[in-house]
Amino acid sequence: MAVEVKIPTILRTYTDGAKTVTAAGGNLSALLDDLEAKHTGLKARLITDDGSLHRFVNIYVNDEDVRFTGSLDTAIADGDSVTILPAVAGGSLPR
Amino acid sequence: MLTLATATYDAIVAHARRDHPDEACGVVAGPAGSDRPLRMIEMLNAARSPTFYEFDSGDLLQLYKEMDGNDEEPVIVYHSHTATEAYPSRTDISLAQEPNAHYVLVSTREPEAVEFRSFRIVDGAVTEEPVEVVASLD
Repeated sequence: MAVEVKIPTILRTYTDGAKTVTAAGGNLSALLDDLEAKHTGLKARLITDDGSLHRFVNIYVNDEDVRFTGSLDTAIADGDSVTILPAVAGGSLPR
Repeated sequence: MLTLATATYDAIVAHARRDHPDEACGVVAGPAGSDRPLRMIEMLNAARSPTFYEFDSGDLLQLYKEMDGNDEEPVIVYHSHTATEAYPSRTDISLAQEPNAHYVLVSTREPEAVEFRSFRIVDGAVTEEPVEVVASLD
């Protein structure tokens, strides 16, 4: 079940500059493990130490933000498209 | 150095004033690799806050798909500070994730005076750059 994963500019240092890579997995969690096996260091930019999705990175499966479709349990099927985009956020309040 | 057209400069300031006291945010896209900010896209601040901004995640995806389709990239990412100076906060620095973008900050704390500054934010390092406003980029 290989699918295309779109990689944002800031993470292309992990993919030799590639905008799109392929990865496999039955759900998002397995897919990210496969991505990590091929592109070491990438997963730590997406997942926090406690194993949840990073608050300011968005992952979409077929244009749906995975936060609304089961997060890391979101099912992945052949032909799906996966897009990773960093949030665009900030503000004057120190956090 | 950030070079942008007067019309774009004025439109960013107008957006910031209009959304005051909430923070306003948006992007000016340009052809990939050109460093020319040509197409301004006002974004909704999903946080609707005077001290925080965030693009809605659905809007963000649509924006990037559109830019991809046009072979564009975000040349400017702008937002306003409504009570503090036009300088990146610790939050801005830690969340900046477009290493190629000019991060424009506008402060609307003074109704009469415009504060419009531009920065590069890469790996937590902030570098201010001059802003050149020209009649047109054509």
